[in-house]
Amino acid sequence: MSGVSTATAEELAEATAPDRFWNRQRRLGAALVIIGLIAAVIFGALAESATARFTISEDAEGAALSINGQLGAILFGVVTIAAGGALLAGVAKRWQTVLLSLGIVTFVFSFLCWQVAGKFLPLVDTASGSLELALPLILGALAGVLCERSGVVNVAIEGQFLMGAFGAALVGTLATSVWAGLISAVVGGVIIASLLAVLAIRFLVDQVVVGIVLNLLALGITGFLYERLMQPDALKYNSPPRLPEWRIPGLADIPVVGPVLFETNLLVWLALALVLVIHFGLTRTRWGLRTRAVGEHPTAADTVGIRVRGLRYTNVLLGGVVAGAGGAYFTLVSTGAFNKNMTAGAGFIALAALIFGRWTPFGALGAALFFGFAQKLANYLSAVGSPVPNQFLNMLPYLATIIAVAGLVGRVRAPAADGVPYVKS
Amino acid sequence: MRGITKRFGDLVANDHIDITVEPGEVHALLGENGAGKSTLMNQLYGLLQPDEGEILVDGEKKVFRSPRDAIAAGIGMVHQHFMLVPVFTVAENIALGAEEVRGGPLGWLDRRRSRRDVLETSKRYGLPVDPDALVENLPVGAQQRVEIVKALTRDVDLLILDEPTAVLTPQETDELLAVMRSLAETGKSIVFITHKLREVKAIADRITVIRRGRTVGTTSPDTSTDELAALMVGRDVSLEVTKTPADPGREVLEVSGLIVEDDRGVRVVDGVDLAVRSGEVLGIAGVQGNGQTELVEAIMGLRESRAGSVVLEGQNLAGRTTKQVLRAGVGYVPEDRSLDGVVKDFTVAENLVLDLYDRAPFGNRFSLNPKAIDESARERVDQFDIRTSSPHSTVGTLSGGNQQKVVVAREMSRPLKLLIASQPTRGVDVGSIEFIHNQIIHERDVGTAVLVVSSELDEVVGLADRIAVMYRGRILAVVSPDMPREEIGLLMAGVVTQEAEDTE
Repeated sequence: MSGVSTATAEELAEATAPDRFWNRQRRLGAALVIIGLIAAVIFGALAESATARFTISEDAEGAALSINGQLGAILFGVVTIAAGGALLAGVAKRWQTVLLSLGIVTFVFSFLCWQVAGKFLPLVDTASGSLELALPLILGALAGVLCERSGVVNVAIEGQFLMGAFGAALVGTLATSVWAGLISAVVGGVIIASLLAVLAIRFLVDQVVVGIVLNLLALGITGFLYERLMQPDALKYNSPPRLPEWRIPGLADIPVVGPVLFETNLLVWLALALVLVIHFGLTRTRWGLRTRAVGEHPTAADTVGIRVRGLRYTNVLLGGVVAGAGGAYFTLVSTGAFNKNMTAGAGFIALAALIFGRWTPFGALGAALFFGFAQKLANYLSAVGSPVPNQFLNMLPYLATIIAVAGLVGRVRAPAADGVPYVKS
Repeated sequence: MRGITKRFGDLVANDHIDITVEPGEVHALLGENGAGKSTLMNQLYGLLQPDEGEILVDGEKKVFRSPRDAIAAGIGMVHQHFMLVPVFTVAENIALGAEEVRGGPLGWLDRRRSRRDVLETSKRYGLPVDPDALVENLPVGAQQRVEIVKALTRDVDLLILDEPTAVLTPQETDELLAVMRSLAETGKSIVFITHKLREVKAIADRITVIRRGRTVGTTSPDTSTDELAALMVGRDVSLEVTKTPADPGREVLEVSGLIVEDDRGVRVVDGVDLAVRSGEVLGIAGVQGNGQTELVEAIMGLRESRAGSVVLEGQNLAGRTTKQVLRAGVGYVPEDRSLDGVVKDFTVAENLVLDLYDRAPFGNRFSLNPKAIDESARERVDQFDIRTSSPHSTVGTLSGGNQQKVVVAREMSRPLKLLIASQPTRGVDVGSIEFIHNQIIHERDVGTAVLVVSSELDEVVGLADRIAVMYRGRILAVVSPDMPREEIGLLMAGVVTQEAEDTE
């Protein structure tokens, strides 16, 4: 081996291949330019040349921002185009997210200027409404995070919501206690979760199929009992007390943020706290490390002595607790009575928030808030008699999920063993 | 371990095996693929439970229900397929299952301490690892060090290494052997599972040979290589391939400037040029995972290439579908037989016409011709010595070697211009290896261009008329099979010698 030169292959010249021109940043930039053009041209043309007012209070006075609707639609659209143009021209990676968010936010404002022209939009009401509508989505998506990070696909969030909502209404009414209602909501969620766990983990049934079947089961049971029990005698069985709104003195006086975050019900605080708890639990504790290992590479976890199935059972049941509490929202916060199929697909939107939020607690929170905002906006639009059918805004969560899954907004990577039952060889 | 027996259905994987490992010794467990070595050790590590027999640690009888019990008894194992979570850091992987925590019941991870533990162990045993690197970004050699450190941080007395050298270059293998030696010197026992005789002779204190689930003998490393091989396979075999010098003709396959990315978008074939002529075997040598798989997939139209061309007798194959490539006269023996080679639930006869089912005489666009399929299957079964009770048995009931013969028979039963054989004898018994090698040489002799890809250097050297060494997605050199093995080994490790450059 006398002739060994010091050259290793790494040091040989790089072979050349052209980098793809339409990389992710350029694709995003192009998308922003297109929606910006739509905003500036179409929204601008359609908008009335009247003042659009965004107010803090519930009435039309004291606007935080007031602008001519047409001008605003065009201006915000132009900003969107500019953000897209910057991405197209190429910017440093750390600016990418900032510009993307700027582009989307200005697009939304352009749309709002068109819709609000000649009217007013109460900001506080919009914010607290968005948060309230997002509440079940946050809890549902967190339940999904718990299950799926440990490798069990949870399509049964909808069913857990329904059982939770039903349990809360029934027991809450019978015991005339909102807390008893909340606890039985949790029990309802856990019942569905335990069925999911046993069928998926013990009997290795396809997890998506099990999830769908459980949703139908929950729909059937609650629908049947509703018709036989609650409908004939609503006063006795279906008039649960509502969760009280608590006001934290001092903090609640902060403008905008105060009334939204500090004058609300316990469930909101619980949901926000759970985001933090689950985030730090997953990243910083032994439980979290093991959960993630079991969801990514169960065989590796097994070989270092972790009980794979046991941990999955635990997490699926914990998910049931969280989703059940989410179900309580429908009867104890929102309407004050159970109704057949009252969740109307919210569990699937929570699933969408889970995927759009890339299986992380904060991602799920962000996605849930975004979807909540879309729903709130849809309600607002139908209230002010907008020409845009509110069904379009209600489609948004699903549309966003398709975009996310198609990989347009960064790569979505599910836990590697998500949905794969663990069988010892 | 005494009288260990393990059955999987009708198959007896371990048949009353006795084995004793002394403290501080390197004990090699030698046997062919499928002889039952890994099954035996998986029982010692608690992953499988023996049907009969008992395990004693320091004279005390133990029952291992799960790896947890084995770890508690001081047993560690480095698996053939690494048991590392790709998206975790090195420190997280090592801590997993034995986490350092503070804060009582909360189980708050003490990341600083687990990091320090990793560095300490790494330093003490001379196994450099970076605790903060993500495992998925590490080369296989480094991942293996992580596995060993992971076992060592758990205070093992007995370390099982399952085929640890399969993914290493010859140089990395030497380093590993040195590590094993120094571990044994600190009093730890090592069980080294392998089927490579050279390594056994270099490191083992004692050798237990296993054949078809039984121990056939325990010997010392002084036993000659031939004798060990005979013990291992049960009869005298020639691992050499007998063949006449090649008579290369025109260029059949020409690959130039080929660039291919893997599923993660990493460029794994990085500007490959190569040519295969009719009547010669071009062998591609290289440690697994240096782009060989993707190169072959790109030629076969199974994977899109980013740049470059693949020309078969003047016909550009780039952008063609796999079916078109096959119809152009390319035979393909895929590297993973059970994934791409055969449909296990189909019969032998059906598997033999997987590529021809819609053509005369076997069928047409709408229907199959069972009679023609049967007749042809009977012929192939005879011709290729496929040991099956009937052509109508499902392929899954056949042994690995016979399954591979089905694949080879299918690919070689049409007129070929080019034959691509990827790991043609992986997981195949010695008798079938000889047969398959002879078939490949026969195909060469009738004037087909042959491309053989194998991570077994012996196989490449035996079959090939020219050897292209692949490293990190490039062909580093094209050398003659007469070149000393050490130099080919260095090339496989990415070190370019002057001589190799000259022969290119």
